[in-house]
Amino acid sequence: MKNLLSINDLSKADALEILDTAVELSRLSENTVRKFPTLRGRTVVNLFFEDSTRTRISFEAAAKRLSADVINFSAKGSSLSKGESLKDTALTLQAMGADAVIIRHSASGAAHQLARQEWMKGSVINAGDGTHEHPTQALLDAFTIRRRLRADSGDLTGLSVGIVGDVLHSRVARSNVLLLQKLGAEVILVAPPTLLPVGVDSWGAQVRYSLDDVLPLVDAVMMLRVQRERMEDLFFPTEREYSRNFGLNLERMNRLKNTAIVMHPGPMNRGLEISADSADSHQSVIVEQVANGVSVRMSVLYLLLGGATARDLNLSSAGGM
Amino acid sequence: MSVILNAGEISRALRRISHEILEKNHGSSEVLLLGIPTRGALLSQRIKVLIEEIEKSPVLAGTLDITMYRDDLRMRPPRTLMPTEIPGGGIDEKHVVLVDDVFYSGRTIRAALDAINEVGRPRSVQLAVLIDRGHRELPIRADFVGKNIPTAKDESVRVHLTEIDGVDEVLIEGRTSS
Repeated sequence: MKNLLSINDLSKADALEILDTAVELSRLSENTVRKFPTLRGRTVVNLFFEDSTRTRISFEAAAKRLSADVINFSAKGSSLSKGESLKDTALTLQAMGADAVIIRHSASGAAHQLARQEWMKGSVINAGDGTHEHPTQALLDAFTIRRRLRADSGDLTGLSVGIVGDVLHSRVARSNVLLLQKLGAEVILVAPPTLLPVGVDSWGAQVRYSLDDVLPLVDAVMMLRVQRERMEDLFFPTEREYSRNFGLNLERMNRLKNTAIVMHPGPMNRGLEISADSADSHQSVIVEQVANGVSVRMSVLYLLLGGATARDLNLSSAGGM
Repeated sequence: MSVILNAGEISRALRRISHEILEKNHGSSEVLLLGIPTRGALLSQRIKVLIEEIEKSPVLAGTLDITMYRDDLRMRPPRTLMPTEIPGGGIDEKHVVLVDDVFYSGRTIRAALDAINEVGRPRSVQLAVLIDRGHRELPIRADFVGKNIPTAKDESVRVHLTEIDGVDEVLIEGRTSS
């Protein structure tokens, strides 16, 4: 595995290997080992064209716990805001010796573009491209579901997961549908028709329009953030109406199974898609998702950079060793 | 391919190692066995059972995966991590006995020492191995050895244990003259 661009690039075995490795890493992190020497000398670049706090910090923490050097490259106040092309940025990163570039971009396909053009030799990790995919978020969600409901082992066969809300703008939803189905879970999408993308019927997930009907059926419910910054049109009449029909609150939570978990990829709009008391309830695993994100990203970085990489092989052949 | 230790010989070697561990550490109260996965962890479990039989008291034991500390990571594809389980009280002030199946270059043990350093500060670290096949590349030695087997570098030593391989035996492969 050289890049992580889309969940589609992963076989089921690859996905399980990432989760299993993350399990060992999270156990070690609890066991007082906070830092590993494994990626010493590797350089990881966080290339963020879009604002992000938790994903960037999570990748940064993961890389640092593996002793990699981290360079943060954000669009604001850099050459990127002066109109530099993705190609020139990539050539710069190549010249600086980046072993991996973690890219977030508002354009769907930006990570693929960076990886396919071979402007640079390092690995590319997609940290969210437009409304397309966010594979490490899906992996950490699957990890969280598996930890809570499957005791960290096997796949997710027999589980049902509801994904609720702004599916149209959500790369998290797309990656999750692909991964959860790959791991054997059943996915039910719940959204107003205006917030479902064209062609959603080809995703293989059930589509429902009533949250109340779906809640008793699922083992995990994932509330998506209403992405107001991506909404150029009016997708629902008022926030209050959206919240009444598609928001999770304590009264609705009574319809869930006792064992069901409540998830949110963050950042939350408390009071819109999820009420404060349900976000803080004992069934909520939202804070665990953040902690698990670091373990899962450590796992991805380890599996991409921990062994021999294409760059190592090129360097050693050039060196005549 | 020839068998150099059979099940009975493996069992007697482990019994002797168990006694030697007790003798060196004046009993088992401060001993903590750490097996290196996969087969070192199984051997460590067996030594734990043997020591508990002899001493009639429980012995601390765990496993230590050294993958993240290897010095040859960049020469091969990434390896799958194995479980590390450190007993609840940690390893501080304990006599840690590392257990592995085959002792060869010494690089695995060097990595294990680095890993131990991250987990805590034991009073001492000792090394028990079932087979010492020589060809050390680092100044590291074993405290407890099941059997010393002179080998050539092009030979390979395989330890089979019932838990994984269905049989207890140690084989040597690729020997051209013997």
